[in-house]
Parts: sequence; structure tokens; C-alpha cells
Amino acid sequence: MPEKKKILEVKHLKQYFKNGRNVTKAVDDVSFDIYEGETFGLVGESGSGKTTTGRSILQLYKPTSGEVLFEGKDVAGLKSRTDKLAFTRDAQMIFQDPYASLNPRMTVEDIIAEGLDIHHLVKDKAERTERVEKLLETVGLNASHASRFPHEFSGGQRQRIGIARALAVEPKFIVADEPISALDVSIQAQVVNLMIELQKKRGLTYLFIAHDLSMVKFISDRIGVMHYGKLLEVGPADDVYDRPLHDYTKSLISAVPIPDPEIERTRKRIPYDAQKEEMDGKPRSMHEIRPGHFVRCSDDEVKHYEEVAASYEN
Amino acid sequence: MPEERILDVKNLKIDFHTYAGEVKAIRNVSFHLNKGETLAIVGESGSGKSVTTRSIIGLLARNAQIEGGEINFHGKNLLELPEKEMQKIRGNEISMIFQDPMTSLDPTMKIGQQIAEPLIKHKGASKKEAWAKALEMMKAVGIPNAEERINQYPHQFSGGMRQRIVIAIALICEPEILLADEPTTALDVTVQAEILDLMKDLQKRVKTSIIFITHDLGVVAGMADRVAVMYAGEFLEFGGVDEIFYDPQHPYTWGLINSMPTLNSDILESIPGTPPNLLDPPKGDPFAPRNKYAMRIDVERKPPFFKVTDTHYAATWLLAPGAPKVDPPAEIVRRWKKYDLMKQEDKLPKIK
Repeated sequence: MPEKKKILEVKHLKQYFKNGRNVTKAVDDVSFDIYEGETFGLVGESGSGKTTTGRSILQLYKPTSGEVLFEGKDVAGLKSRTDKLAFTRDAQMIFQDPYASLNPRMTVEDIIAEGLDIHHLVKDKAERTERVEKLLETVGLNASHASRFPHEFSGGQRQRIGIARALAVEPKFIVADEPISALDVSIQAQVVNLMIELQKKRGLTYLFIAHDLSMVKFISDRIGVMHYGKLLEVGPADDVYDRPLHDYTKSLISAVPIPDPEIERTRKRIPYDAQKEEMDGKPRSMHEIRPGHFVRCSDDEVKHYEEVAASYEN
Repeated sequence: MPEERILDVKNLKIDFHTYAGEVKAIRNVSFHLNKGETLAIVGESGSGKSVTTRSIIGLLARNAQIEGGEINFHGKNLLELPEKEMQKIRGNEISMIFQDPMTSLDPTMKIGQQIAEPLIKHKGASKKEAWAKALEMMKAVGIPNAEERINQYPHQFSGGMRQRIVIAIALICEPEILLADEPTTALDVTVQAEILDLMKDLQKRVKTSIIFITHDLGVVAGMADRVAVMYAGEFLEFGGVDEIFYDPQHPYTWGLINSMPTLNSDILESIPGTPPNLLDPPKGDPFAPRNKYAMRIDVERKPPFFKVTDTHYAATWLLAPGAPKVDPPAEIVRRWKKYDLMKQEDKLPKIK
């Protein structure tokens, strides 16, 4: 993708949490780019740092070190209120838990319009209501729902409200943190289809964080795989899924249950031992093995990964 | 059929009394469990799968009211047993694994004690015997350093390890039936795969029959011998695992399979709408309002179970003689073709 414009550049992002005398390296030297209009999927197990990465990008945490460039500007360096406001308008978030992320004491209209108020995007109450009703219809809810409270909605409907809230300020970039994990299978498909449709219509860019590999592969153009705070592999979705390089990625994919009994009967799990890489102490960084397909390895492992990549080509 | 039914549930009806009214959570449900098999119950949240299994072991919420039916186990109707008798069965002949390993262990008790407790209570084992057996069980479920860890408390274990402990507790009395309510939903995929392998392995050793509740069709495909599809408090389709995945008949089963992304899918079909409100359950096929293949009769009259094979039944009017032919989703047609091919090549495993 040579012609595509980078909307987000994450450079050597580190996010450490102090915990008494211990330091948890939740995100440890992670770098990747997201191009305008694409969906970048971030997968990993719980505790891998994928959610922290998403939150650090939006400055919900103050990163320990590293840079996050949004449209070329370092968002950690934003000092003035106007600059910060401009960034929060451009970059929004959809949260995992549709039950915890909506204030139970606010009406749906107030929840969705909070961003409109903060950014002074509407001049009067009539326009505010009109905008909210339009947004509700956009996400497939009824305009008359505006005066209701969150508890009156099902999980899938609440997640639509969360999406409407994120869309209200017309962002360019949305971090969706496990937006469908809390939903039933038939409802998951509805929400994913809605997100895809909105992306097409509005040219949105997504960072889609999830642990469900098959859904991530479905929605993403490119995928990054995280483990223990480190990004181990990045590449086009099909390459990462069908031609994985890193042993951890292989292990993760081999563990995904497939709704097909014949495949399940013959499935072989590939175990992964993180110790091996932890212990040898070699410096590792991202190396491009195939065009656009990177893996985190030391200089002397490049040859091994070249061979792995070549083995898929026969 | 030669198979032995270990559990037989007939016409089970359960209501919940709420402020809003009577929620008809389980509406005339019948099914059975064969000895040694794994029966998976799939369905969305609120479909009644957890309530059904909890009623087997007598662990329903206080506002639940059993309106009718029977649950037969060794010639006894479990619904009529006094609590004292039920306590002898629970954790002994029938035990249960819950979804959340974080909340189903006692945080103030050493895990050794928790694993040993059922043996002392049910089998009259001495403390020493039970402790030795607990240690053995910990090794069997793959907890490393068992000698040391037997004296630790739940908070010292990871989620996957805690679920192993829960499984150890459930299996230590070698129950005849194990009820597993979404046992891996809270776990990461790699840990999930390990736990599922462990369950299959222990099932062979202990020879227990399993009712496995999940909403994850991928897990079902790997675990189940038979599958029951549940929706809005009713079963819509029963069948062998291959019959459900390769020859599904009910439009709801089609929808479920179709809304999972497969390796090659580029569009995702979703089921429109939401499940019905069970305060006022629909008269006909409960899936009819969301079903694009629905006919008028689906709304008016509840379909009976139509027989597809000796092991495969589906409650849809589409199987009635003279019903119009419909074109199911492409993914389903692909699976049907695969099924025909597998039948021709005799690649289908025999159903237990």
C-alpha cells in the first residue's frame, strides 16, 4: 500500500504501570502504523496489552515513553485545550462492555449529545434533538428511543448507542475495544455489519481490538498480534491468518475452534513456549519478511522466518 | 436403539415470577442424555439453556416455579426429591462446572480442602484419604507443582488454573453426569483449547456423560456427540453433531451457523431483530418473527418435531409434507453438499 496515507503512527510506545515496587510493562516498545480508511485488528490474549495500547493511543493513559502521531502531530505533546479538543473530536472510542459504558442516569439523548455539547457542534436544542435522532437512525435504532434510559435496552442495542455516541462528533478514527465480545453470536454479526457499513459511508478508520481471531480476520485489512506487551507480528489479515510466521501466532490460530466437526476432529494444537524467546536475551525488533508482513525477531532469526514464509509458497 | 438413557427430561415447564409478570422461561421441553455422550445445548443468552441444566441439579433461583414435567434419573424424578436426597446426588452423581472460575471457588479455603470436600461429604472418606485423592486429581487436571499448590488459595491461581480446580472438584466423586455451563467462555482461546482437551480426556477416564452449554458453535463442533438447539425456552432442533453442522434444517440453526465468520466468508449474514419477550411468548414457531423463510402457519401454530433421521429432529413447518421448497443461505447449501459427499464417501463417524 504505497500510496495510502498514514493516519496514525505509533512509535516505540511504552506504557508501564507501577504497582508497589513492581513495574508491569503492559505495553513494551510497540510500533505500528494505521492507514486512512483501513481497519487494523489488534489481537492477543487477556493481559497481552491490546486494550492498554488502544487507550494509550487515545491518551486515556499518559504513555511512559514513545510517540503517537495522529495525522503527523504528536498527540502526547498537545498542550492547549483547543488542540486537545480537536484530537478528541477526531479520535473516538467504542467500549467493550455495553452495560458499564453508558451512564445509567442519563437519557440516550444526553449520552449521545455529550460530545456535541462539549465541542459546541449544535446551536440550539432543536438541532441537538434532530442530530441525535438522525444518529439513532443511522445505527438502526428508533428515533423515539432518545428519551429512554440505558437499562431499557438490550446488549446489542446498547452497543449501537455506544457507536452513535462515538459517531456524533464525526470522528476520523475510532478505537473499538472488544465491541462485540459481550454480545450473542447473532447480534455480533449485526454490530460488525453496521461498523463495516459506517466505515464505507464515512471513510472511517478503525483500530479493532479483539480476542476473537475469526471475527478480527473478517473485519480487518491488517492484523497485529500482541503477547506479553509486545507486538510480535503485523501484516495483511490473510497473510497473518493463513501464512503466520511467529510461533505464537501459529499457536493462537491453532486454538481457535472452527464450527465444522470434520476440521475439529483432525485439529492439531500447536503449543507455544514464551520462555524460549524471553530467556535468550537477544535484542529483537520488527523485520519485514514479506512485503508488508513483519515479525519481531533478532537479526539472526530473519533467515529462519524467510524459510517459514517460503514454505507457504510451494 | 441400543443406547442407554441416563437422564430423561419430559415436558419441563419453568416460570419465573418477576415484578413485570410471569416469565415463561422453559416451555415444555423434552430431551434425554445417553450414557457416555456429550450433549451440547446451544442458544443465545436468555434462551433457557442455563435454567434447564440448573433445574436438573436443583439450583434454580428462588423466584423460579416448576410448572410441570419430570426429570428422570435412575428411576427417580429429581423434581420430586426432597432437598436432603438432592444433596446426596448433587456433587456426587451429578455435578456442575460453572462459567466463571473467579467466583465459583471459596476464596477463604485452601484449594486442597475444596477438592477433597465432596469425597468426605459423599463417600465418607477420611481426611487423609481425601487429601491424597485430591492431590492425585490435581495432577490429573494438569496443575503443576501439585504438592505445593494444594495448600494455596484460589487468588494464587490464574483463570485457567482455577477452572482446572473447578473441574477437579466436579469430577472427584466420578459423577455419572457432568453439567458444564459455558465452562470456557471466560478463558482465552489457548487456555480454552487446553481445558476442552482436558475435559475430553477425563470423560474417557471417568466415563461420565456431559451436558455442555455454550453459545460458541466452534466449541460445539469439537466437543459434542449430539447437539440441541435452544431458542426462547424451547428446543428447535436435535441431531448428531454432523447432522446439525452439515445438514441443519431449522432456519434458526441456519442463521446461527451463517452468522459465524468462516475462513472464506466475505459477507456476514446476521439474524435481524431480537429474541421474543417471554413474558408474552409467541404462539407459533418462536423464531418466526425473525425468520425470512416464515410462512403464515409458523406464526399461527407451533410446529411439531419432524423426523429427519433416527437421531435428527427439527421443529419447523418447512419439513411438513407439501411445504414449499426454500433456498437456504449459500453457506448452508455448501454444507448440505459437503454432507452428501461425506455420506457417499462414508466419512461420517457413527453416532453413539
